[in-house]
Amino acid sequence: MADTMQFDLVSPERRLASLQVTAVQIPGADGDMTAMADHAPTITTLRPGVLSVEGPDGTAEYVVTGGFAEISARGVSVLAERAMAKADVTQGDIDALVADAEAALAHARDTAGAETGPVDDAAKLLADMVAVGGALGLANR
Amino acid sequence: MPSLKDLKNRIESVKSTRKITKAMQMVAAAKLRRAQEAAEQSRPYTERFNAVMSGLAASVGGSDSAPKLLSGTGNDQVHLLVLMTSERGLCGGFNTNITKLARAHAKDLIAAGKEVKILTVGKKGRDQIKRELGKHLIGHVDLTEVKRVGYADAQGIAKDILGRFDAGEFDVATIFYAQFVNVVTQIPTAQQVIPAKFDDSNADGASALFDYEPSEEAILADLLPRGVATQVFAALLENGASEQGARMSAMDNATRNAGEMIDKLTIEFNRSRQAVITNELIEIISGAEAL
Repeated sequence: MADTMQFDLVSPERRLASLQVTAVQIPGADGDMTAMADHAPTITTLRPGVLSVEGPDGTAEYVVTGGFAEISARGVSVLAERAMAKADVTQGDIDALVADAEAALAHARDTAGAETGPVDDAAKLLADMVAVGGALGLANR
Repeated sequence: MPSLKDLKNRIESVKSTRKITKAMQMVAAAKLRRAQEAAEQSRPYTERFNAVMSGLAASVGGSDSAPKLLSGTGNDQVHLLVLMTSERGLCGGFNTNITKLARAHAKDLIAAGKEVKILTVGKKGRDQIKRELGKHLIGHVDLTEVKRVGYADAQGIAKDILGRFDAGEFDVATIFYAQFVNVVTQIPTAQQVIPAKFDDSNADGASALFDYEPSEEAILADLLPRGVATQVFAALLENGASEQGARMSAMDNATRNAGEMIDKLTIEFNRSRQAVITNELIEIISGAEAL
């Protein structure tokens, strides 16, 4: 039996999960990472993606957008601006997220002017959202 | 002297008023429970968020490269006051207390030669502040249609504030809301959100030991705008609970007052009815004697 650690997933509106787990796969801004017990203390920002949690009772998956994960000696806390259990995500949710990202991209293009940074960020956000939809097996219009 | 009929109508109308205030009180009690639950649910997020942020701020804050949201614009000439109040009235001194605090704050700033801009959330506060400080109003967020405040609403308000900050419209932002203590006590509170201020006491002592991915600065730059949204959201929830609490006690008072009024009117009604009866008797008796 592998070591377990405390895992918390909270969004501003509620606490989605709080349990003992063996490994957590986090969609970090710089790439996916898996945290297990006794991982070095780390703070990473999240990109929109699928967070998968392996516990003694099987695997749970959540879709998260925005926020950060804190890995400390106490365990892993993920603070996501929006988080939903993967099974609860519908086509409508993905469409809304993609539409938001598209709007943000359009807005960035309008306002950024010569600066490419914000446009690139928004484009990446959109690509991430689309990838999330793909990962869930839902169509992207 | 009002007639018997008048008194009877009066009693009826006060009775129906009492029914309404009683119902409002019970509705407020139910809504208060829900609002408190929502505030409870958001607490873990807010607490963790602030702990991480204060750790980050402590380690990055000293450097010159710190983001403007944390270090400020180096100026404090223009102040933005965000006045958060309710959309509905009939909640006692709730809106008045918040507005009073904001108005005093604004007057101090104006007296000190600063420029004041006011953004209102909730129409009751806007109506109250418009009278005296109307020319300082720069915007209003309408939440009339919102049944239950969600994080998305807070994000919208935060986006508005941040957009104005990026455009250089102000240097310091403060939000005004009422902190919920219990049903009878709500404390009007002013909280500075830009530049961000963190309570050092709840900082993670071990924050310096964390690895950061990407860099500390990048994370801080990403999280600070979210921090504004988080604070606005927490304030909205506190405000929601305070509003329902204030309405509950206001309606409780109103119900009790209506009860007292009914008692008084009933006594008056009985007296005048007795007087009418006595009068009629006197008329009959004196009529009989005259024969």
